[in-house]
Amino acid sequence: MEFRDNKAIYLQIAEYVCEHILLGKWKAEEKVPSVRELAVELEVNPNTVMRTYELLQNKNIINNKRGIGFFITDDAIDHVKSYRKVLFMEDELPVVFRNIYLLNISFGELESRYKTFVKENFNA
Amino acid sequence: MININNLNFGYSKQKPLFKNMSMRLSNGHIYGLLGKNGAGKSTLLKNLAGLVYAQSGTLDVMGYDPAKRQPALLEQICFIPEEFYLPSVKIDAYIKANAPFYKNFDHNYFADLIKEFDIPVEQKLINMSYGQKKKVIIAFGLATQAKLVIMDEPTNGLDIPSKAQFRKIMASAMTDERCIIISTHQVRDLDNLIDTVIMLDENDIALKATVEEITAKLTFKKVKEIDNSIIYAEPSLSGYNAVMPNYHQEESKLDMELLFNAILAEKIKFKPLFS
Repeated sequence: MEFRDNKAIYLQIAEYVCEHILLGKWKAEEKVPSVRELAVELEVNPNTVMRTYELLQNKNIINNKRGIGFFITDDAIDHVKSYRKVLFMEDELPVVFRNIYLLNISFGELESRYKTFVKENFNA
Repeated sequence: MININNLNFGYSKQKPLFKNMSMRLSNGHIYGLLGKNGAGKSTLLKNLAGLVYAQSGTLDVMGYDPAKRQPALLEQICFIPEEFYLPSVKIDAYIKANAPFYKNFDHNYFADLIKEFDIPVEQKLINMSYGQKKKVIIAFGLATQAKLVIMDEPTNGLDIPSKAQFRKIMASAMTDERCIIISTHQVRDLDNLIDTVIMLDENDIALKATVEEITAKLTFKKVKEIDNSIIYAEPSLSGYNAVMPNYHQEESKLDMELLFNAILAEKIKFKPLFS
Protein backbone atom coordinates (compact mmCIF):
# COMPACT_ATOMS: atom_id res chain seq x y z
CA MET A 1 0.00 0.00 0.00
CA GLU A 2 1.27 3.44 -0.97
CA PHE A 3 0.62 6.00 1.77
CA ARG A 4 -0.08 9.60 0.82
CA ASP A 5 1.65 12.30 2.78
CA ASN A 6 -1.27 14.50 3.76
CA LYS A 7 -3.32 12.39 6.13
CA ALA A 8 -2.66 10.46 9.34
CA ILE A 9 -1.63 6.87 8.60
CA TYR A 10 -4.32 5.38 10.84
CA LEU A 11 -6.99 7.19 8.79
CA GLN A 12 -5.46 6.00 5.53
CA ILE A 13 -5.60 2.44 6.87
CA ALA A 14 -9.26 3.00 7.79
CA GLU A 15 -9.91 4.03 4.18
CA TYR A 16 -8.09 0.91 3.01
CA VAL A 17 -10.35 -1.30 5.14
CA CYS A 18 -13.49 0.61 4.02
CA GLU A 19 -12.44 0.23 0.39
CA HIS A 20 -12.14 -3.54 0.86
CA ILE A 21 -15.64 -3.65 2.34
CA LEU A 22 -17.21 -1.46 -0.39
CA LEU A 23 -15.59 -3.55 -3.13
CA GLY A 24 -16.92 -6.72 -1.49
CA LYS A 25 -13.43 -8.17 -0.87
CA TRP A 26 -14.22 -8.33 2.85
CA LYS A 27 -17.82 -9.33 3.45
CA ALA A 28 -20.27 -8.84 6.31
CA GLU A 29 -19.67 -11.04 9.34
CA GLU A 30 -16.26 -12.17 8.03
CA LYS A 31 -13.14 -11.96 10.18
CA VAL A 32 -10.72 -9.16 9.27
CA PRO A 33 -6.93 -9.61 9.48
CA SER A 34 -5.57 -9.43 13.02
CA VAL A 35 -3.86 -6.22 14.11
CA ARG A 36 -0.47 -7.90 13.70
CA GLU A 37 -1.26 -9.40 10.29
CA LEU A 38 -2.37 -6.06 8.87
CA ALA A 39 0.59 -4.25 10.48
CA VAL A 40 3.00 -6.70 8.82
CA GLU A 41 1.24 -6.43 5.46
CA LEU A 42 1.27 -2.63 5.51
CA GLU A 43 4.70 -2.36 7.24
CA VAL A 44 3.38 -0.13 10.02
CA ASN A 45 3.42 -0.12 13.81
CA PRO A 46 0.75 -2.46 15.27
CA ASN A 47 -0.34 0.37 17.62
CA THR A 48 -1.34 2.35 14.51
CA VAL A 49 -3.53 -0.49 13.22
CA MET A 50 -5.03 -0.82 16.71
CA ARG A 51 -5.98 2.86 16.53
CA THR A 52 -7.62 2.24 13.13
CA TYR A 53 -9.58 -0.71 14.49
CA GLU A 54 -10.76 1.35 17.48
CA LEU A 55 -12.01 4.04 15.10
CA LEU A 56 -13.80 1.47 12.91
CA GLN A 57 -15.35 -0.08 16.01
CA ASN A 58 -16.70 3.33 17.04
CA LYS A 59 -18.20 3.67 13.57
CA ASN A 60 -19.83 0.22 13.92
CA ILE A 61 -17.95 -1.01 10.86
CA ILE A 62 -16.15 -3.81 12.70
CA ASN A 63 -16.70 -5.36 16.11
CA ASN A 64 -14.44 -7.17 18.51
CA LYS A 65 -15.39 -10.68 19.50
CA ARG A 66 -13.28 -11.24 22.56
CA GLY A 67 -10.62 -13.86 22.14
CA ILE A 68 -11.47 -14.48 18.48
CA GLY A 69 -10.71 -11.22 16.73
CA PHE A 70 -12.33 -8.43 14.75
CA PHE A 71 -15.30 -9.06 12.43
CA ILE A 72 -17.13 -6.99 9.82
CA THR A 73 -20.56 -6.01 11.20
CA ASP A 74 -23.62 -7.21 9.27
CA ASP A 75 -24.58 -3.66 8.24
CA ALA A 76 -20.98 -2.49 7.73
CA ILE A 77 -21.58 -1.24 4.18
CA ASP A 78 -24.16 1.30 5.37
CA HIS A 79 -21.83 2.52 8.11
CA VAL A 80 -18.89 2.73 5.68
CA LYS A 81 -21.00 4.77 3.28
CA SER A 82 -22.12 7.27 5.90
CA TYR A 83 -18.56 7.55 7.28
CA ARG A 84 -17.10 8.04 3.81
CA LYS A 85 -19.83 10.50 2.87
CA VAL A 86 -18.92 12.78 5.76
CA LEU A 87 -15.24 12.62 4.78
CA PHE A 88 -16.08 13.35 1.14
CA MET A 89 -18.28 16.31 1.99
CA GLU A 90 -15.73 17.79 4.39
CA ASP A 91 -12.41 17.05 2.68
CA GLU A 92 -12.84 16.41 -1.01
CA LEU A 93 -15.91 18.34 -2.11
CA PRO A 94 -14.57 21.79 -1.17
CA VAL A 95 -11.56 21.17 -3.44
CA VAL A 96 -13.83 20.11 -6.31
CA PHE A 97 -16.15 23.08 -5.71
CA ARG A 98 -13.19 25.45 -5.76
CA ASN A 99 -12.10 24.15 -9.16
CA ILE A 100 -15.63 24.22 -10.54
CA TYR A 101 -15.88 27.86 -9.50
CA LEU A 102 -12.42 28.89 -10.72
CA LEU A 103 -12.80 27.14 -14.06
CA ASN A 104 -16.37 28.27 -14.54
CA ILE A 105 -17.77 24.78 -15.23
CA SER A 106 -21.53 24.52 -15.59
CA PHE A 107 -23.64 22.00 -13.66
CA GLY A 108 -25.09 20.84 -16.96
CA GLU A 109 -21.66 19.80 -18.21
CA LEU A 110 -20.90 18.14 -14.87
CA GLU A 111 -24.11 16.16 -14.97
CA SER A 112 -23.52 14.74 -18.44
CA ARG A 113 -19.91 13.90 -17.57
CA TYR A 114 -21.02 12.25 -14.35
CA LYS A 115 -23.52 10.07 -16.25
CA THR A 116 -20.88 9.02 -18.79
CA PHE A 117 -18.46 8.22 -15.97
CA VAL A 118 -20.96 5.99 -14.18
CA LYS A 119 -21.83 4.23 -17.43
CA GLU A 120 -18.20 3.56 -18.35
CA ASN A 121 -17.03 2.48 -14.91
CA PHE A 122 -19.99 0.80 -13.26
CA ASN A 123 -22.21 -0.24 -16.24
CA ALA A 124 -25.18 1.26 -14.48
CA MET B 1 10.91 -1.13 31.35
CA ILE B 2 13.54 1.64 31.44
CA ASN B 3 13.97 4.46 33.91
CA ILE B 4 16.72 7.03 33.43
CA ASN B 5 17.25 9.51 36.24
CA ASN B 6 19.58 12.52 36.09
CA LEU B 7 22.03 10.74 33.83
CA ASN B 8 25.35 12.48 33.34
CA PHE B 9 27.73 11.10 30.80
CA GLY B 10 30.63 12.24 28.64
CA TYR B 11 33.66 10.57 27.10
CA SER B 12 35.80 13.33 28.59
CA LYS B 13 35.22 15.61 31.59
CA GLN B 14 35.42 18.75 29.44
CA LYS B 15 32.77 17.62 26.94
CA PRO B 16 29.64 16.31 28.64
CA LEU B 17 27.24 14.52 26.29
CA PHE B 18 24.25 14.21 28.64
CA LYS B 19 23.50 16.60 31.48
CA ASN B 20 20.91 15.48 34.05
CA MET B 21 18.93 13.54 31.49
CA SER B 22 15.78 11.77 32.69
CA MET B 23 13.37 9.62 30.71
CA ARG B 24 11.02 6.64 31.07
CA LEU B 25 10.45 4.07 28.35
CA SER B 26 7.84 1.35 28.48
CA ASN B 27 7.12 -1.90 26.71
CA GLY B 28 4.73 -2.17 23.78
CA HIS B 29 6.37 0.66 21.85
CA ILE B 30 8.78 1.24 19.01
CA TYR B 31 10.78 4.34 19.91
CA GLY B 32 12.57 6.26 17.18
CA LEU B 33 15.71 7.92 18.50
CA LEU B 34 16.68 10.95 16.44
CA GLY B 35 19.48 13.49 16.75
CA LYS B 36 22.21 15.19 14.77
CA ASN B 37 25.59 13.49 14.27
CA GLY B 38 27.35 13.52 17.61
CA ALA B 39 24.19 14.27 19.62
CA GLY B 40 24.74 11.03 21.56
CA LYS B 41 22.25 8.58 20.08
CA SER B 42 24.65 5.64 20.00
CA THR B 43 26.03 6.61 23.39
CA LEU B 44 22.60 6.61 24.98
CA LEU B 45 21.95 3.16 23.53
CA LYS B 46 25.31 1.94 24.85
CA ASN B 47 24.41 3.24 28.33
CA LEU B 48 21.20 1.21 28.25
CA ALA B 49 23.00 -1.94 27.11
CA GLY B 50 25.72 -1.65 29.76
CA LEU B 51 28.49 -0.97 27.25
CA VAL B 52 29.49 2.36 28.79
CA TYR B 53 28.93 3.59 32.35
CA ALA B 54 27.20 6.70 33.64
CA GLN B 55 29.29 9.28 35.54
CA SER B 56 26.36 9.98 37.82
CA GLY B 57 22.63 9.39 37.94
CA THR B 58 20.77 6.09 37.78
CA LEU B 59 19.77 3.76 35.01
CA ASP B 60 17.18 1.09 35.68
CA VAL B 61 16.55 -1.47 32.93
CA MET B 62 13.96 -4.10 33.88
CA GLY B 63 14.96 -3.70 37.52
CA TYR B 64 18.70 -4.05 36.86
CA ASP B 65 21.58 -1.63 36.63
CA PRO B 66 23.02 -2.32 33.16
CA ALA B 67 26.51 -1.23 34.29
CA LYS B 68 26.66 -4.35 36.48
CA ARG B 69 26.30 -6.50 33.35
CA GLN B 70 24.38 -9.29 35.09
CA PRO B 71 23.64 -12.24 32.76
CA ALA B 72 19.95 -12.21 33.78
CA LEU B 73 19.65 -8.74 32.22
CA LEU B 74 22.03 -9.20 29.29
CA GLU B 75 20.08 -12.21 28.00
CA GLN B 76 17.04 -9.90 27.79
CA ILE B 77 18.83 -7.28 25.70
CA CYS B 78 19.35 -7.52 21.98
CA PHE B 79 21.77 -4.86 20.79
CA ILE B 80 22.36 -4.33 17.07
CA PRO B 81 25.27 -1.89 16.80
CA GLU B 82 26.02 0.19 13.74
CA GLU B 83 29.57 -1.10 13.53
CA PHE B 84 30.30 -4.71 14.33
CA TYR B 85 32.70 -7.55 13.71
CA LEU B 86 31.70 -11.05 12.69
CA PRO B 87 34.20 -13.92 12.81
CA SER B 88 35.43 -16.15 10.01
CA VAL B 89 32.91 -18.94 10.60
CA LYS B 90 29.65 -20.07 9.00
CA ILE B 91 26.25 -19.30 10.50
CA ASP B 92 25.95 -22.76 12.15
CA ALA B 93 29.13 -22.29 14.13
CA TYR B 94 28.22 -18.74 15.08
CA ILE B 95 24.88 -19.90 16.47
CA LYS B 96 26.48 -22.78 18.34
CA ALA B 97 28.89 -20.39 20.04
CA ASN B 98 26.50 -17.52 20.79
CA ALA B 99 22.93 -18.78 21.11
CA PRO B 100 23.57 -20.59 24.45
CA PHE B 101 23.94 -17.19 26.15
CA TYR B 102 20.24 -16.58 25.51
CA LYS B 103 18.09 -19.21 27.17
CA ASN B 104 14.99 -18.33 25.11
CA PHE B 105 16.82 -18.42 21.76
CA ASP B 106 14.37 -19.57 19.07
CA HIS B 107 16.26 -21.63 16.48
CA ASN B 108 13.27 -22.11 14.18
CA TYR B 109 12.52 -18.38 14.11
CA PHE B 110 16.19 -17.67 13.35
CA ALA B 111 16.08 -20.13 10.43
CA ASP B 112 12.89 -18.47 9.14
CA LEU B 113 14.46 -15.00 9.29
CA ILE B 114 17.66 -16.14 7.54
CA LYS B 115 15.52 -17.63 4.78
CA GLU B 116 13.36 -14.51 4.51
CA PHE B 117 16.47 -12.31 4.31
CA ASP B 118 17.92 -14.61 1.67
CA ILE B 119 21.24 -15.17 3.49
CA PRO B 120 23.63 -17.76 1.99
CA VAL B 121 24.13 -20.19 4.89
CA GLU B 122 27.17 -21.88 3.37
CA GLN B 123 29.22 -18.71 3.24
CA LYS B 124 31.56 -17.58 5.99
CA LEU B 125 30.26 -14.53 7.84
CA ILE B 126 33.44 -12.54 7.26
CA ASN B 127 33.07 -12.89 3.47
CA MET B 128 29.52 -11.58 3.39
CA SER B 129 28.63 -8.05 2.31
CA TYR B 130 27.95 -5.46 5.00
CA GLY B 131 24.20 -5.69 4.32
CA GLN B 132 24.20 -9.49 4.59
CA LYS B 133 26.15 -9.38 7.85
CA LYS B 134 23.73 -6.81 9.19
CA LYS B 135 20.80 -9.07 8.35
CA VAL B 136 22.50 -11.97 10.16
CA ILE B 137 22.88 -9.99 13.38
CA ILE B 138 19.34 -8.61 13.12
CA ALA B 139 18.02 -12.17 12.72
CA PHE B 140 20.18 -13.35 15.61
CA GLY B 141 19.10 -10.44 17.82
CA LEU B 142 15.39 -10.99 17.25
CA ALA B 143 15.72 -14.76 17.68
CA THR B 144 17.12 -14.22 21.19
CA GLN B 145 13.53 -13.21 22.14
CA ALA B 146 15.05 -10.42 24.22
CA LYS B 147 12.53 -8.02 25.76
CA LEU B 148 14.64 -4.94 25.08
CA VAL B 149 15.60 -4.58 21.42
CA ILE B 150 18.08 -1.81 20.66
CA MET B 151 19.02 -1.08 17.05
CA ASP B 152 21.51 1.52 15.93
CA GLU B 153 20.84 2.50 12.29
CA PRO B 154 19.44 -0.93 11.38
CA THR B 155 18.51 -0.07 7.79
CA ASN B 156 22.01 1.18 6.89
CA GLY B 157 23.40 -1.10 4.21
CA LEU B 158 20.14 -2.92 3.54
CA ASP B 159 19.05 -3.09 -0.09
CA ILE B 160 15.56 -2.01 -1.19
CA PRO B 161 13.76 -5.38 -0.78
CA SER B 162 15.54 -5.98 2.54
CA LYS B 163 14.23 -2.70 3.94
CA ALA B 164 10.64 -3.75 3.24
CA GLN B 165 11.34 -7.19 4.78
CA PHE B 166 12.87 -5.48 7.79
CA ARG B 167 9.75 -3.35 8.28
CA LYS B 168 7.53 -6.42 8.09
CA ILE B 169 9.74 -8.31 10.53
CA MET B 170 9.73 -5.41 13.00
CA ALA B 171 5.94 -4.99 12.73
CA SER B 172 5.56 -8.62 13.72
CA ALA B 173 8.32 -8.50 16.38
CA MET B 174 6.62 -5.66 18.26
CA THR B 175 4.68 -7.22 21.12
CA ASP B 176 3.23 -5.84 24.35
CA GLU B 177 6.14 -7.33 26.30
CA ARG B 178 8.84 -5.80 24.15
CA CYS B 179 10.44 -2.37 24.10
CA ILE B 180 12.10 -1.55 20.80
CA ILE B 181 14.42 1.43 20.39
CA ILE B 182 15.70 2.30 16.94
CA SER B 183 18.13 5.11 16.27
CA THR B 184 18.09 6.35 12.72
CA HIS B 185 18.87 9.08 10.25
CA GLN B 186 16.88 7.25 7.59
CA VAL B 187 13.50 8.32 8.95
CA ARG B 188 11.76 7.68 5.64
CA ASP B 189 12.71 4.00 5.96
CA LEU B 190 11.06 3.67 9.33
CA ASP B 191 8.61 6.48 10.04
CA ASN B 192 5.48 4.30 9.89
CA LEU B 193 7.02 1.83 12.36
CA ILE B 194 7.89 4.39 15.02
CA ASP B 195 5.11 5.24 17.48
CA THR B 196 7.12 7.52 19.79
CA VAL B 197 9.77 10.03 18.79
CA ILE B 198 12.72 10.78 21.05
CA MET B 199 14.97 13.58 19.89
CA LEU B 200 18.33 14.35 21.44
CA ASP B 201 19.82 17.80 21.24
CA GLU B 202 22.13 19.95 23.36
CA ASN B 203 22.93 17.37 26.04
CA ASP B 204 19.31 16.51 26.75
CA ILE B 205 16.04 15.22 25.35
CA ALA B 206 14.61 17.91 23.08
CA LEU B 207 11.39 15.99 22.51
CA LYS B 208 9.77 12.76 23.63
CA ALA B 209 6.21 12.35 22.39
CA THR B 210 4.02 9.81 20.65
CA VAL B 211 3.09 10.37 17.01
CA GLU B 212 -0.49 10.79 18.26
CA GLU B 213 0.52 13.54 20.72
CA ILE B 214 2.63 15.33 18.10
CA THR B 215 -0.09 15.35 15.45
CA ALA B 216 -2.70 16.40 18.02
CA LYS B 217 -0.66 19.54 18.70
CA LEU B 218 0.89 20.18 15.31
CA THR B 219 -0.30 20.10 11.71
CA PHE B 220 2.05 19.17 8.90
CA LYS B 221 0.94 20.37 5.51
CA LYS B 222 1.75 21.93 2.21
CA VAL B 223 0.91 25.62 2.00
CA LYS B 224 1.17 28.14 -0.83
CA GLU B 225 2.19 31.10 1.31
CA ILE B 226 3.79 31.63 4.69
CA ASP B 227 1.87 33.47 7.39
CA ASN B 228 2.24 34.13 11.11
CA SER B 229 0.63 30.87 12.22
CA ILE B 230 3.48 28.83 10.74
CA ILE B 231 6.19 27.74 13.15
CA TYR B 232 8.58 26.41 10.55
CA ALA B 233 8.50 25.88 6.79
CA GLU B 234 10.72 24.55 4.05
CA PRO B 235 10.30 25.45 0.38
CA SER B 236 9.02 22.66 -1.86
CA LEU B 237 7.96 22.32 -5.51
CA SER B 238 4.39 23.43 -4.89
CA GLY B 239 4.94 26.00 -2.15
CA TYR B 240 6.11 25.13 1.35
CA ASN B 241 6.06 22.13 3.66
CA ALA B 242 4.98 23.71 6.91
CA VAL B 243 4.54 22.94 10.59
CA MET B 244 1.94 24.91 12.50
CA PRO B 245 -0.16 24.58 15.64
CA ASN B 246 -3.11 22.26 15.08
CA TYR B 247 -5.87 24.83 15.56
CA HIS B 248 -8.59 22.95 13.67
CA GLN B 249 -8.10 19.40 14.98
CA GLU B 250 -6.72 18.29 11.63
CA GLU B 251 -5.34 14.78 11.42
CA SER B 252 -2.22 15.21 9.36
CA LYS B 253 0.59 12.74 8.77
CA LEU B 254 3.68 13.42 10.84
CA ASP B 255 6.60 14.44 8.63
CA MET B 256 9.49 13.31 10.81
CA GLU B 257 12.22 15.01 8.79
CA LEU B 258 10.37 18.29 8.84
CA LEU B 259 9.75 17.95 12.60
CA PHE B 260 13.43 17.24 13.15
CA ASN B 261 14.56 20.33 11.24
CA ALA B 262 11.81 22.41 12.83
CA ILE B 263 12.92 21.54 16.35
CA LEU B 264 16.56 22.27 15.57
CA ALA B 265 15.62 25.64 14.10
CA GLU B 266 12.83 26.74 16.45
CA LYS B 267 13.59 25.08 19.77
CA ILE B 268 12.04 27.83 21.86
CA LYS B 269 8.71 27.70 20.06
CA PHE B 270 8.35 23.94 20.60
CA LYS B 271 9.33 23.85 24.27
CA PRO B 272 5.95 25.02 25.68
CA LEU B 273 4.01 22.65 23.40
CA PHE B 274 5.55 19.46 24.75
CA SER B 275 6.45 20.08 28.36
